[in-house]
Amino acid sequence: MKRFFDAELEAFRSHILQMGERAMDQTRLAMKALLEADIALADKVIAADDEIDKLEVQIDDEAIRYMTLRGPVASELRLIVVGMKASHDLERVGDEATGIARRSRKLAIEPPLELYGDLPRMSKIALEMLRDALDCFVQEDEQKALSVIRRDPEVDNLNRALYRRLTSYMIEKPDTIARALELMFISKSLERIADHATNIAEEMVFLSKGLDIRHSDIGKQDILPTSGSNPPV
Amino acid sequence: MTEPVAPSVAPRPVAVAPAAPVSPANRAIIEIDDVDFNYGASRALHDITLNIQERQVTAFIGPSGCGKSTLLRCLNRMNDLIDGAHVSAGQIRIDGVNINDPRVDVIELRKRVGMVFQKSNPFPKSIYENITYGLRIQGQKNKSRLDEVVERSLRGAALWDEVKDRLHESALGMSGGQQQRLCIARAIAVEPEIILMDEPCSALDPIATAKVEELIHGLKKQYTIVIVTHNMQQAARCSDRTAFFYLGKLIEYADTRTIFMNPANPQTEAYVSGRFG
Repeated sequence: MKRFFDAELEAFRSHILQMGERAMDQTRLAMKALLEADIALADKVIAADDEIDKLEVQIDDEAIRYMTLRGPVASELRLIVVGMKASHDLERVGDEATGIARRSRKLAIEPPLELYGDLPRMSKIALEMLRDALDCFVQEDEQKALSVIRRDPEVDNLNRALYRRLTSYMIEKPDTIARALELMFISKSLERIADHATNIAEEMVFLSKGLDIRHSDIGKQDILPTSGSNPPV
Repeated sequence: MTEPVAPSVAPRPVAVAPAAPVSPANRAIIEIDDVDFNYGASRALHDITLNIQERQVTAFIGPSGCGKSTLLRCLNRMNDLIDGAHVSAGQIRIDGVNINDPRVDVIELRKRVGMVFQKSNPFPKSIYENITYGLRIQGQKNKSRLDEVVERSLRGAALWDEVKDRLHESALGMSGGQQQRLCIARAIAVEPEIILMDEPCSALDPIATAKVEELIHGLKKQYTIVIVTHNMQQAARCSDRTAFFYLGKLIEYADTRTIFMNPANPQTEAYVSGRFG
């Protein structure tokens, strides 16, 4: 039976997806600004962060309103709770993208340091993870969510490798320290974006199965335990 | 020097509830102005002041005996039927007219202000006759006009598809939820402006309740609705504005979201969170 407030839930879901699209666009454009030393583009990314912040406030407002007035239970309650958490993660993705844009801006006026290494690859993986995690929000596909979680170490390893490379480079050429540090922070931002994608994927498992897999090894398994109860912590 | 003399009548206590902000989009159709109400010597309502906006759903909530049903029944003078019951101070105005003025025709008033009760009370007649009863006693005999009203009212009450093939069967053969929606259809058949609902879902199961709530949501496009409910979730889901009553006083009146999320009064908070009542 359709209820008059079902449309509110659909609007809530679509606002999270909209926020996800924005956060991904911001990350993509910040990386483009970095690789193409495009200051105008970096400025555009920095200016656009406000929109993501506003969406976060709006989503929280919708969630609180729905909880207050509609008394959600079961999957609806999970959707509202997960939506609030996901929007917080997406807001942080937006912040990381802004950080990358700010650092790109600084690097763009310096002599180029050809040490971008695996940054494009890292951003590609992080964005794919984010895309798949958000797809789960529509499809409620926990297997896809688990595949996102399993990709996170790949980004962690790339970040560590770049960290080592940049450290040695700085020792060899101290005049590059300032620039290399910027790259280190950018690498860290991409690693954090992948972490947020992982968080969202974990939240999606809770959404579809009611199972809280955070801080456990369950996400690394191929098959989830039977739904309905949380694992002992 | 003489002692100051205490006034013989104690000053009226200041209304506890702040006036709720009125949305400019909807005018106040009902103005309840400083109303006291008595059952004989016993005072059931104290200094009630609130405005009810047109084409909105206003919920009255509060524990048993708080006066919410009494106030609802004041709005179409249903309390006239109880000996000794009377508005002892203040005024209730609908469209600016004091409804307790002796010149007001109470039958006309009740045509404008329909009522749906806690327990569905269809007449022991056919579905069709239930809907047309009000119009027939007003002298309407035109069959095609009556047919039109039956269809419009049943559609308005989201009941048409369920009963269109058995309009001439007894209304008592319908389910409880259908009977309640029939009573709503009967109320809207005479084209009231305001519909009062006194616990309309308390005898219904969750599905029938959801249907009535859906109906209430649809009806507010056309009618002003005032609903008394014990079910706080229902007040939260259905209403635009909520008034909380306690011991015959209006404690707080605000938009529903404020009442359930951030009430100003600790008593309201305690009641909506289930800590008393």
